[in-house]
Amino acid sequence: MTTKNETILTAEPGKQELFITREFNAPRELVFRTFSEPELVQRWLGPCNMTTKIEKMEPEGGAWRFIHTDEHGNAFGFHGVTHESTAPERIIRTFEFEGLPEKGHVVLECVTFEALPNSRTKLVIQSVFRSVADRDGMVNSGMEHGARDSYAKMDELFEELLQKA
Amino acid sequence: MNMLAFQPMNLNAIADNFDISRPAVSQQIKILTECGLLVIRQQGRERYCEAKFEGLKEVADWLEQYRKLWAERFDTLDGLLDELMAAPKKPRSGKK
Repeated sequence: MTTKNETILTAEPGKQELFITREFNAPRELVFRTFSEPELVQRWLGPCNMTTKIEKMEPEGGAWRFIHTDEHGNAFGFHGVTHESTAPERIIRTFEFEGLPEKGHVVLECVTFEALPNSRTKLVIQSVFRSVADRDGMVNSGMEHGARDSYAKMDELFEELLQKA
Repeated sequence: MNMLAFQPMNLNAIADNFDISRPAVSQQIKILTECGLLVIRQQGRERYCEAKFEGLKEVADWLEQYRKLWAERFDTLDGLLDELMAAPKKPRSGKK
């Protein structure tokens, strides 16, 4: 692979939103598919120490739900509704982590795919939270059961995919 | 935050440095206080603001952790995109 694209996170103190920005060396039609087709989403979304199951991912106007399960059988569910899915430019959806002590800490996610020259794509995910505390709490829970020794499992996946291709 | 890095300042002195209204400055200070980035100390009749850089570091730490989580996901996604681009075009149904 060529030089790695940087993942940029912007979260100003005291604000209810955060942005994740990343470029990909692939056309946006393709990047869009990896966000909208369940069998493709499943291949990259999960933290590496967990298995990820996309329980449902209905088209625009419908619901989605996925579950991460760790090696001890602890399951972490997430769900929401796809408000808009306009190929290949954007997806707008809600997002809620089911593991919180109370319901209703929902996030509005706007995912945009911008075409760049040379068949590249700029991805921007804007997450808008109901409060600053929600945002900061989300980020904290994300890192707790999120990114632990992920790389090894990803390498395995790449190899498997390459063999299939 | 830059101004406060060198010395604690009272609220009026801070407000004098900005082109925005006194209430707007207070609002900003309130937010920074809630985030644990500032503390306000009462000294006699004056209220002084002090920067708390430990708070700033904490914020940077969790942000960096969260950024890494996404960076790792996207690295996986790079591989998947490479594979999809290398594969001959197939109808969606054949992609299972």
